[in-house]
Amino acid sequence: MTNAAKNTEIEVNSKITDKLLINEFVVRFANTNGTGSASANNMFAKAILRMGIPVSAKNIFPSNIQGMPTWYEVRISEKNYLGRRGGKSEIIVAMNAQSIDDDIMSVQTGGYLLYDSSRALLDSQIRADINYLGIPISNICLKEYSDPRQRQLFKNVIYVGALAAMLSMDFTLLKGLVRDQFKGKEKLITPNIYALELGYQFANEHFICPLDIRVESRDLVSNRILVDGNTATGLGAVYGGATIVGWYPITPSTSVIEKFASYCQRLRIDPASGKKNYAIVQVEDELAAIGVAIGAGWNGARAFTATSGPGVSLMTEFLGLAYFTEIPMVLVNVQRSGPSTGMPTRTQQSDVLACAYASHGDTKQILLFPDSPGECFEITAQAFDIADQLQTPVIIMSDLDLGMNDHLSEELVWQDSREYQKGKVLSAEQLDEVEVFGRYLDVDDDGICYRTLPGTHPDKGAYFNRGTSRNHFAGYTEKSADYVDNMERLTKKFSTAIHFLPAPEITQSKQTAQLGLIFFGTSSHPITEAIDHLKEHGLTTDTLRIRAFPFHQNIEDFIEEHSLSNKQVFVIEQNRDAQMKSLLVNELQIDPNKLASILSFDGLPVTSQFIVEAILGKLAQRQINKKTG
Amino acid sequence: MSFIKSTFRHPRLPVNDLGLTYRDYEGALSTLCAGCGHDSITSAIIQACHELSIQPSEVAKLSGIGCSSKAPNYFLNKAHGFNSVHGRMPSVATGANLANQDLLYLAMSGDGDSASIGFGQFAHVVRRQLNMVYMVANNGVYGLTKGQLAATADKGVKNKAGDLSLFTDIDLCVMALQLGASFVARSFSGDKQQLVPLLKAAMSHKGFAFIDIVSPCVTFNNHSGSTRSYDYVHDHITTAAVTDFVPVKKEITSSCDSGESEDVCLHDGSIMRIKKLQTDYDCSNASQAIVDIEKHKKAGDILTGLFYLEPTASDFHEINDTNDMPLNKLTQDSLCPGSRVLTGINDSFR
Repeated sequence: MTNAAKNTEIEVNSKITDKLLINEFVVRFANTNGTGSASANNMFAKAILRMGIPVSAKNIFPSNIQGMPTWYEVRISEKNYLGRRGGKSEIIVAMNAQSIDDDIMSVQTGGYLLYDSSRALLDSQIRADINYLGIPISNICLKEYSDPRQRQLFKNVIYVGALAAMLSMDFTLLKGLVRDQFKGKEKLITPNIYALELGYQFANEHFICPLDIRVESRDLVSNRILVDGNTATGLGAVYGGATIVGWYPITPSTSVIEKFASYCQRLRIDPASGKKNYAIVQVEDELAAIGVAIGAGWNGARAFTATSGPGVSLMTEFLGLAYFTEIPMVLVNVQRSGPSTGMPTRTQQSDVLACAYASHGDTKQILLFPDSPGECFEITAQAFDIADQLQTPVIIMSDLDLGMNDHLSEELVWQDSREYQKGKVLSAEQLDEVEVFGRYLDVDDDGICYRTLPGTHPDKGAYFNRGTSRNHFAGYTEKSADYVDNMERLTKKFSTAIHFLPAPEITQSKQTAQLGLIFFGTSSHPITEAIDHLKEHGLTTDTLRIRAFPFHQNIEDFIEEHSLSNKQVFVIEQNRDAQMKSLLVNELQIDPNKLASILSFDGLPVTSQFIVEAILGKLAQRQINKKTG
Repeated sequence: MSFIKSTFRHPRLPVNDLGLTYRDYEGALSTLCAGCGHDSITSAIIQACHELSIQPSEVAKLSGIGCSSKAPNYFLNKAHGFNSVHGRMPSVATGANLANQDLLYLAMSGDGDSASIGFGQFAHVVRRQLNMVYMVANNGVYGLTKGQLAATADKGVKNKAGDLSLFTDIDLCVMALQLGASFVARSFSGDKQQLVPLLKAAMSHKGFAFIDIVSPCVTFNNHSGSTRSYDYVHDHITTAAVTDFVPVKKEITSSCDSGESEDVCLHDGSIMRIKKLQTDYDCSNASQAIVDIEKHKKAGDILTGLFYLEPTASDFHEINDTNDMPLNKLTQDSLCPGSRVLTGINDSFR
């Protein structure tokens, strides 16, 4: 073959299919972090979105600020497959010399490698079964720009411009995006558009554009939005009425607070005084972060904090205090790969058990599992109602993939008729009316007692809030009967909780399903695609997405129904130890053999390929076992 | 020691401006050891609150874990209290104060709670200038776990079991001064004359007020050789300045001798009259205060009194520019931006 580095004319080595590949492929960008590639890559994804084509993006980045490999994977899918597919990519934009060998290997046969041809590729880097698109990007930048930073930054914009020509993207629309992105910084618009044009023209002059892989405008996005979960969570906290935050920076949760802060700056300034209707304090550690939320919750303000794995470990003592003293607060746990520091910039769902039973002694915590930015918004706002109504911490179980990656989501919804549910808090007038006030008196027989806030009444309702055992009137006690009574009431409250929590989302196939899939959070993203592939293998599937702990009765019913002969329930989760399965088995007293686990824990969002192969593998194994057994 | 608290009230008990007697400021019966210094602190707090006519329900009491942290249960029964986890009271106090800046936050901690397990939280709440009164009942020893040395125990002293304090001792007043507290004092639980006016001034001060109160442990640290025993403290106490607290409503009758005393006006208009007992005393000089504390310590003395006062200091809410309306009183109308705003936000994600 021709050495692609010397000859930029395209030579089609092989094709993925004989037909055109339209709106159904993956573009993977390989960059070096700290080079400004993120905003250019994001612009690419957003341009696809504005063409009306469903798109999702995964940023695979290192725990590092500058100089390490980073990837940005854009999935374009008019079939609406928005999870990761798995396997190799149709197009790789290889801009990182450190990772280029691996990047070349991850191009699908017949696919394309867009690379910087300022330096020739080595012979070992030439694969006969893929197509090379060399653009001398460094040389172009060297010629066009004198500032070293510009030479770096505009490389990214140039390859986006080139892709626009190669993939037949709407170039006018792309230019519009640049104008939107640099609104208020007009000086940057012209040079960015110029850089886009440099790439666009080069591609048109040197390659047969568009390629056989391309995009075509559709109207498949409707009113959906492209946003990351942390932004939606931060905004959900604004809408949910949170006023107080204690926090300590930790990836991948940091942007929850940063977004909350930036929306508060816009939306939470008192119009009369110009002063803040919120207080955010960056404290010394995660212990203090949750301490602030608990102190505020005790005093009747809606408060939250956000953290990730190591922070959750530090917060567990306080979570026990809040559970036992019954103080409302919200904790957002954006999970990452553990244990210990683990892979701080990789995703996982591995804090399920640590959070469900957070703290020493008999404790159980309320967990919520959002799976999209739209749901992050809704569930976060709702979490403050739930915490107030149940007088206990509520933990929102997000993860790095949901929190930090852009997802195509239903738009954020708020009904103006919706009212905050503040739960059982007695006012001064109510205190005057009640004959006896006992902070831990179960008046309504639902396990939820009435509470009072400091400063409410001059003579009534004060109590000493304590982490020690107490009687109905918050008095210290070591009497076994009082202790047992209180612990049993907390169990009762936990059962009551189910009625306040979002029910699981169940989908049922038209025919009787052979498979029941249970999953939660981001493990739901590749499910639609996986179901379609399983159908090709003759398997029909019902699904259940868990949205909260404690578990709804529906979950037990679903498992029973799909455990009958010739059926199988799978629990799909992103951790090594099948934590959700353990929680189901433990809490619902289910025979563990009824639940088969599909476990993906490599730190990357689970793919549909992985799920399908694992399910088929387990079913095949079951057949063998049946025959031999 | 009594097991039942008397409910009898003398009919002619003096009442304050709110019509409340001293008894209206009491709490549950103390379960601390008879003679515990902490009970004297409790009594001084009750007196100070009564004399200042503080509405008990407008106070929030906070503590961590330890003998000291039990104390809030023994004063101001009509105030809400929060006995949190060991060493973490400062963060809970921060959240509580952020939620409602209108209450008076009285916090009680101990040497283990503030100088060891909660040293970090102590340091940071000082930095934050939280408007609160932070009291440490300092006896140099862990009472509830029976007599281990605390980090505030002087290096070289022995505990009751004969174990030597091997490492550098921590002086929480020096730390508070370095970290920017705007009110720093040390007192002795056995000297109500000094402690009550200091407490009153601290409660009237806006900003972070810290009082380290030497409070002997009669059970585990009252032996000879201890530098926190009643005898030792009585013999080695020296005072930088005696303070007198004059509430805003009272007229100042005695004239101020400019050489020996100084009147400082607090934010609410009340006056702190400082009688200087040391010639080089200057309560506006934090670094000089640190030097004085260290100097007396080297001589084996315990310097007490008001060390530092910055009457116009800003508190957290001023620094944060928080709305004057307590955040816990804001309603949905002012907190929720509504659906119209959300439409615009949704558009920004397209």
